[in-house]
Amino acid sequence: MEILVCVKRVPDTAENEIEVKSDGTDIERDDLVYSVNEWDNYAVEEAIQIRDKIGGSVTVVTVGDEESEEVVRREMAMGADKGVLLSDEAFDGSDGKGLATILKAEIEKGNYDLVLTGAMADDGAAQVGGMLAAMLDWPYASVVNTIEVLDDKKIKVGREIEGGNQEMNEIDLPCVLSIQTGINEPRYVGIRGIRKVAAIEIPVHGAADLGISSESVGRGGAKVKRVDYFVPDLGEGAEILEGSMDEITEKLIELLKAKGGIK
Amino acid sequence: MAQQLFAYIGHKNGIADDPALELITAAKKIYADAAITAIITGSGADLAAVGNELASSYAEVWKVENEACAYPNGEVIRSLLVNILPPDAIILFAHDTFGMDLAPGLSIKLDSAFVSDAVDIKGVDGTTLTVIRQEYSGMASTHVHADISNGAVITCRPGSFQPDESKSANGQIVDKSAAAGDLSAKRRFLEVVEAEAGDVDITKSDVLVSVGRGVEDQENIEIAEELADAIGAVVSCSRPIVDAKWLEKARQVGTSGKTVKPKVYIALGISGSFQHMGGLKGSPFIVAVNKNPKAPIFQLADVGVVQDLLEFVPALTEKIKEG
Ligand SMILES: Cc1cc2nc3c(=O)[nH]c(=O)nc-3n(C[C@H](O)[C@H](O)[C@H](O)COP(=O)(O)OP(=O)(O)OC[C@H]3O[C@@H](n4cnc5c(N)ncnc54)[C@H](O)[C@@H]3O)c2cc1C
Ligand SMILES: Nc1ncnc2c1ncn2[C@@H]1O[C@H](COP(=O)(O)O)[C@@H](O)[C@H]1O
Repeated sequence: MEILVCVKRVPDTAENEIEVKSDGTDIERDDLVYSVNEWDNYAVEEAIQIRDKIGGSVTVVTVGDEESEEVVRREMAMGADKGVLLSDEAFDGSDGKGLATILKAEIEKGNYDLVLTGAMADDGAAQVGGMLAAMLDWPYASVVNTIEVLDDKKIKVGREIEGGNQEMNEIDLPCVLSIQTGINEPRYVGIRGIRKVAAIEIPVHGAADLGISSESVGRGGAKVKRVDYFVPDLGEGAEILEGSMDEITEKLIELLKAKGGIK
Repeated sequence: MAQQLFAYIGHKNGIADDPALELITAAKKIYADAAITAIITGSGADLAAVGNELASSYAEVWKVENEACAYPNGEVIRSLLVNILPPDAIILFAHDTFGMDLAPGLSIKLDSAFVSDAVDIKGVDGTTLTVIRQEYSGMASTHVHADISNGAVITCRPGSFQPDESKSANGQIVDKSAAAGDLSAKRRFLEVVEAEAGDVDITKSDVLVSVGRGVEDQENIEIAEELADAIGAVVSCSRPIVDAKWLEKARQVGTSGKTVKPKVYIALGISGSFQHMGGLKGSPFIVAVNKNPKAPIFQLADVGVVQDLLEFVPALTEKIKEG
């Protein structure tokens, strides 16, 4: 099976405090630690496991700047066969539809049976996979947490719905799936793995290579634009307990007793 | 002329999902005086019951009745919506696993703007709609402009808009079944497999000690267990703890886990994503321990402790044991 996985380089929220710049144009990007979007790691692992079981290849692709190359390389160190970086100034400021337009052009250059995305990325939109599928006219299933290949025409997928229940579906190939965390245990990538792929040339495709007109993507092509970042005024929030460790624990125990939190 | 507003309403066992009344509020924030049309799909007596329920709140209820919609398959319903919606329609969905499944693709088929997971709506100026959303799991908010000249598909975060309880609509039910078109799809629904029951039932406990990714290591789960033992609580957790297989799925709180209604909820190293907090009902007394003072959970908690949980929690447990 020929599988393509879409991955994104994002600030690692477990490693960083995200701060909004005072002028609201962006978040503070100095000293941010970046990594592969959590959901995309699960998608790449799943693709590798399917390939190892039934054969085929795994390609990872990202739309981003030069620095995004590092996430492609990391996923190749995990075991993906090929990597592609889609990069062009014309892509800057693309909305979800713009990103899907760019990814679609790359997909149509290949011969893929299955395209995987993460369920959601740092912007919380959960949109690119569904848009891509609709543009390709391929069927789509979101928040997928099990995949079983039935034959070369169809697969069985579980979608994790509310309450942790699972919705089972049969879906025709080719299709697009968005992958939920927990579907597998993504393998660890060590320094040695990264070193092994350090010298591999990762092709870069721009708007011209992909036959994309610059009006359909980027800031100009976007119907949806983020105008600023801000810190909302949400009222008081929690009462923060201050003082020495002793004082805080004492105060908290008092509160817990009062609220029935200590039996 | 203002564009026509629609809200797709999900339902189970003949009862509309909670967002049914929230989406009215969201729609009124787009055009204050607009008549809003609810769209429901399904079959049989359940569908009729939901239609009647919604008619008191929506000016019109469009229903599509067909066996093929008995279970809401996102692929089937997307294609029927393309067939029944007028051009430049604005349609709202709840941002749940159904909305996430269908709405992005619908916007492509309608060639309209897509805004996902709106937490507030500021209104329309000309053809520009201003919406508020969040990024980085709630650590930054943004204003978003959407060009709605050719319509819009918007998913709204459950719980973010006040339900409109006025029930003043006295709307009529319109049968759109004939316009639905071909309901076959390349994705076929098979069955729903219910989540497995675990060793403990976290929904039964009045006090929960809940651990998140901030616990950093599997071994440190003990720290939470010891606190729970000391105060007579049960240990629950956020999703990454289950993904890592450190605790069983039945202990996960959230939209894709359990809905709990404890009296006291002690969140250790949990950031406060809406998918996690969405599982917390009945306004418990929330204590948050987190080393990041900007963690969104401090907006939702009653009491906060800005400390490393690996140091703070053992000290707390020690003190409780001392009595
Ligand atoms: C469709 C869907 C459904 C989902 N359903 C659920 C669900 O049911 N339940 C759920 O929980 N999530 C769910 N999620 C995932 C959710 O979006 C978040 O990713 C998740 O809740 C984050 O868990 P967390 O708060 O433990 O981790 P993080 O967001 O990584 O937060 C960890 C926190 O710990 C703090 N911290 C780190 N180290 C320490 C320390 N030593 N001491 C104190 N604090 C520390 C950090 O400051 C941070 O705030 C779902 C996502 C999707 C897309
Ligand atoms: N710039 C990008 N390049 C490649 N894939 C992306 C990009 N942005 C989003 N995706 C894919 O779309 C998924 C969902 O992201 P989003 O729709 O932004 O929440 C991600 O998990 C990725 O698989």
